[in-house]
Amino acid sequence: MAHILAAMGANVFAVAVVGFTIVIGRVTDEVILPGLSGEGPAVSGRTVLSGMAALGIVGLVRGLSIMVRRWFNMMAVARTQRTWRQSLTDRYLDAPMSFHWERPAGQLLAHADADVEVATSMLMPLAFSVSVVALIVVSLISLLVVHPLFALVALVLFPTLAVLNRRFTKSIEAPAARAQAEVGRVSSIAHESLDGVLVVKTLGRQDQEVARFAEAAAALREERIAVGRLRANYSPVIYSLPNLGILALLLVGTWLFSQGAVTLGEMVRAMALFSILSLPMEILGFLFQMIPQSVVAQDRINKVLAVDPESTVVGGEVGSAIVDFVGLSFAYPTDGPQAPLVLENLSLHIDPGETVALVGSTGAGKSTLVALLAALMPPTEGQVLLGGVDVQDLGSEGTAAVVAPVFQETFLFADSVRQNLTLGRDIPEGELQRVLALVEAERFVSEMPQGIDTVVGERGVTLSGGQRQRLAIARGLLRRPKVLVLDDATSAVDPTIEAAILANLRAHGGRTLLVVAHRLATIRLADRVLFLEGGRIAAQGTHEELLAVPAYAALAQAYEKAGS
Amino acid sequence: MTALDGRDVAGPEEEPEARTLASIDEVGALAVLRRGVAASPELQKGLWGTAVMALAVAGSKLLLPLSIQLILDLGLGPDGVRFSWVLVVSLVSAVLVLGSVFLGRATYFRLVCMAENVLMGLRVRTFAHLHRLSLADHTAARKGVLTARVTSDVETLTKFAQWGAIAWIINLFQIAGVLLVMAFYSWQLTLLTVAVHLPLIPMLRRMQRSQLKAYDRLRTRVSDTMGVISEAVMGMTTVRGYGYRKATKEAIHEAVDEQYQQQMRAARYFSLVMPTTDIFGVMAIASVVGAGVWWGGSWGLSSGELIAFIFLVNLLLNPITELGEVLDQTQTALAGWWKILDVLDTPVEISENLTGPALPVGPLSVEARGVEFAYREGGRVLHGIDVDLPAGTSVAVVGETGSGKTTFVKLMARLADPTAGCLLVGGVDLRQMATADRQSAVRMVPQDGFLFDSSVGENIRFGRPEASLDEVEAAIDVLGLRPWVNGLVEGLATPVGERGESLSVGERQLVALARAQLANPGLLILDEATSAVDPETETTLERALERLAAGRTTLSVAHRLSTAERADLVLVFDRGNLVEQGPHEVLKDAGGIYQGLYASWLGNTREDD
Repeated sequence: MAHILAAMGANVFAVAVVGFTIVIGRVTDEVILPGLSGEGPAVSGRTVLSGMAALGIVGLVRGLSIMVRRWFNMMAVARTQRTWRQSLTDRYLDAPMSFHWERPAGQLLAHADADVEVATSMLMPLAFSVSVVALIVVSLISLLVVHPLFALVALVLFPTLAVLNRRFTKSIEAPAARAQAEVGRVSSIAHESLDGVLVVKTLGRQDQEVARFAEAAAALREERIAVGRLRANYSPVIYSLPNLGILALLLVGTWLFSQGAVTLGEMVRAMALFSILSLPMEILGFLFQMIPQSVVAQDRINKVLAVDPESTVVGGEVGSAIVDFVGLSFAYPTDGPQAPLVLENLSLHIDPGETVALVGSTGAGKSTLVALLAALMPPTEGQVLLGGVDVQDLGSEGTAAVVAPVFQETFLFADSVRQNLTLGRDIPEGELQRVLALVEAERFVSEMPQGIDTVVGERGVTLSGGQRQRLAIARGLLRRPKVLVLDDATSAVDPTIEAAILANLRAHGGRTLLVVAHRLATIRLADRVLFLEGGRIAAQGTHEELLAVPAYAALAQAYEKAGS
Repeated sequence: MTALDGRDVAGPEEEPEARTLASIDEVGALAVLRRGVAASPELQKGLWGTAVMALAVAGSKLLLPLSIQLILDLGLGPDGVRFSWVLVVSLVSAVLVLGSVFLGRATYFRLVCMAENVLMGLRVRTFAHLHRLSLADHTAARKGVLTARVTSDVETLTKFAQWGAIAWIINLFQIAGVLLVMAFYSWQLTLLTVAVHLPLIPMLRRMQRSQLKAYDRLRTRVSDTMGVISEAVMGMTTVRGYGYRKATKEAIHEAVDEQYQQQMRAARYFSLVMPTTDIFGVMAIASVVGAGVWWGGSWGLSSGELIAFIFLVNLLLNPITELGEVLDQTQTALAGWWKILDVLDTPVEISENLTGPALPVGPLSVEARGVEFAYREGGRVLHGIDVDLPAGTSVAVVGETGSGKTTFVKLMARLADPTAGCLLVGGVDLRQMATADRQSAVRMVPQDGFLFDSSVGENIRFGRPEASLDEVEAAIDVLGLRPWVNGLVEGLATPVGERGESLSVGERQLVALARAQLANPGLLILDEATSAVDPETETTLERALERLAAGRTTLSVAHRLSTAERADLVLVFDRGNLVEQGPHEVLKDAGGIYQGLYASWLGNTREDD
């Protein structure tokens, strides 16, 4: 709808522009010339007024048609952007987790922001080109009606102008891109150097840093000057060409006038048309340079939209909190078909209410196990069963009702503490306070400016890593999960507080607790320790029992050292 | 929070811009211009020549209406067609137009070169100045702001220089030229033209201001939308693991929709401004035609002059619209310029010395006499610290968060100067020590193992740029880092990535230690890392630290009990005061602050050993 209205505005605009020049021509012949010829009958007041009125009305129509065109063009573009942004982000949320592993967050943000912007940027010139094409057609007809020779001058001039514009925009593309890259380099050097100012100072490297920066700044200057040189070469030519065309019109017109083929008014009309036409031609050349980028951006968006959403079936009820891993194998699909197995044929049974510690060096598969349990991704082989139901049948939403995973990288929304804890659900105040006490967060939350309603994150209060982790655990607990999974979720918490939290969790038990741990104090609290090595359970038992395993003992010793 | 003392001192959250005037209105645009021109010698070179050329370019735009008038009145007048006259005028005009092409090219190029030279000079001078400022000026809150000075603020100026500044010059000349030619034809019609356009000026100003505000709000909306999307993407596991998908979708849709609404509010002005100017131009033409025909005869106005007038009115429209747009850009640019100049005006507190008293060889003694320190804004963080550390001692500095311990060791590295008292290293006041001596004799290994985007080897060599490859290898061997280096994909040539992020935290610290070893300092200052290091690297790191410290005076900000236990001497800081000092064995039972610290360390990590 907006498109159609915009196109209509464009056509009215074309007619109004040409109409205005016709009025100017007629006003010249019928008002100005007779009125100022000095002799003969002066024009009547009525004629003068009607000439003025004609100019005013056609001018007003021209102005209004531009408003209509611009407004509806903008609306068409903005609506398309809104639709694309919403469907893109819906897809982000519905695509399988592997989609997110393959793409850095910055890329997804760029799709929703700049790519949508660039992809829709071709809608503007497309609509504008409609009006320019209309303008050219109507202008040529108008010139032909006056005299074919005038049309001929236009046919020589405007294609030349179009070609020049095209060549200018093309030739400036590469140096402009190079200049942009240099801007990026200058800014990344500045960021790096000033971020590391402490190191720069301690190493006494100021002079080298300034030299490095000056070199990049000089390179940027050269690229910018190259762009400037191109612009300096083209823009005076592009500006002057229509003027030369008008001079040609004057010469041709004089001859035609002496032959009695055209009137002075018709000459003025042609000249006015020439002086108006050059601007849209210039803008058009500029706008068309965006189309190739626009197509590329649209391609990137379409690739995201082509990703299949993960299935979100919500199946059966989970009765008990028995956790079973059955012949579980996993390889990251992003690593290709020959990907190494991160988990290999792992089977495990955890009883309800049991506290289990997962121990293993980096890359042993601890976090993968947690992600599979939370149904964040499907296993390559085998099954994860919750109370006998496959988590893949429960879906991530269904599983979320039973299992609450808390990760080392806590994520808090830029919202109030309360909202971060409840995630929009209705939870009584008493329950909130009870859980905050369990995670030893009661005190610091109450000491915040607005207590539990204090906004945290980017625009609010900054929390320490340990405080964030405690809130994340509270968030997990508030879901009253049958299984609570702490994936190194207390790494930044002070050891004393960590011990207190774990003691609280065990005291107010009833739930299964799976903890990925690096601290001996935590490991010792577990009923059972699982020692993972290379994607398999290498040994299991209590901490003391496992110390007999050399690899485990070495790891435990390293943990102890790191903690002291 | 401040960079000088990352965890110890909570500074004001907002960037304090104490020395910056609240708005440039107070100093006025001219003052900014004067100060700016003084700060940029590049700006004064060839300024007048360029101005004269720009004047000629603006003048060339008047050629066309002039030729039209001359041809219509004198070539096609009532006395019949005078071909020769028309030919002469057109040819002269064509030659002049062609001439203006070359002149325009030269002028534009000169302007571009001048602008780019000015910008580059300003950028590099500001950057150099930033690096000379003391660490007290490089607080964490200001870090982003300072970086913006040499990046986005200069870019704002660039945009202005590329378009705004040139538009000011050419457009003002063009408007003046047009009005001059108009007045030559008829002062009455000139007044009429100006009168019709007058209401446009306040209208345009108001619309452009509202437009600017609307776009400003749109930018806020855009960053809001991006904030919500970014939250969803970063917190994807939480969103899914907690069944928060639907609410997240709704939040995003809402933000996107609000962005759309604001986009359309801004579009209002986008669709209004240009056509409004256009309509005013048409009204001016209509009034000029009416008045010109009605009264022109008695003013001696010819038909050619009136027609030329119509074309002249058209020449006014572009400069008027453009100047309106440029005015706001100019304000932004001047504000940016002012901010940059403000950085250049910040005094450099740490004076560097080319020469100074000779330093003893080997480990260096350390003395502090009545050392106090306060940030430019905010209170004092160190109160009268006196301490005497013999050469070769290993010292652990401990204290709660905010005790001033990190500030103290940073003063030792002369990252800032004490506000009172003095610090002596090897018997020489730090402020008198030659810069080169200080850089080789006093070496600090900061907590964050910040590396430059280069190779491991290059980053080690930054410790002493003139060191040979053999010396780098030797430093690696001394610290026992050979197995680690051999384990790297490309050995010393392994790239470390931006900020060293391709390496683990522990590995970055290894590089920092090798750097320090290469410099072979007599005083080693260590800010121990708090973040966890993987156990395997931990062992290597600990051994390397031990070897690096051997035969030097070391000052370590200790977060670990083991460091304090091993030290010869422990300095305990509390709220900016040095409250206890002595060996660990003595302090642990002394009943002071250290005993409490020790108890909590012990209780947490060694439960029942």
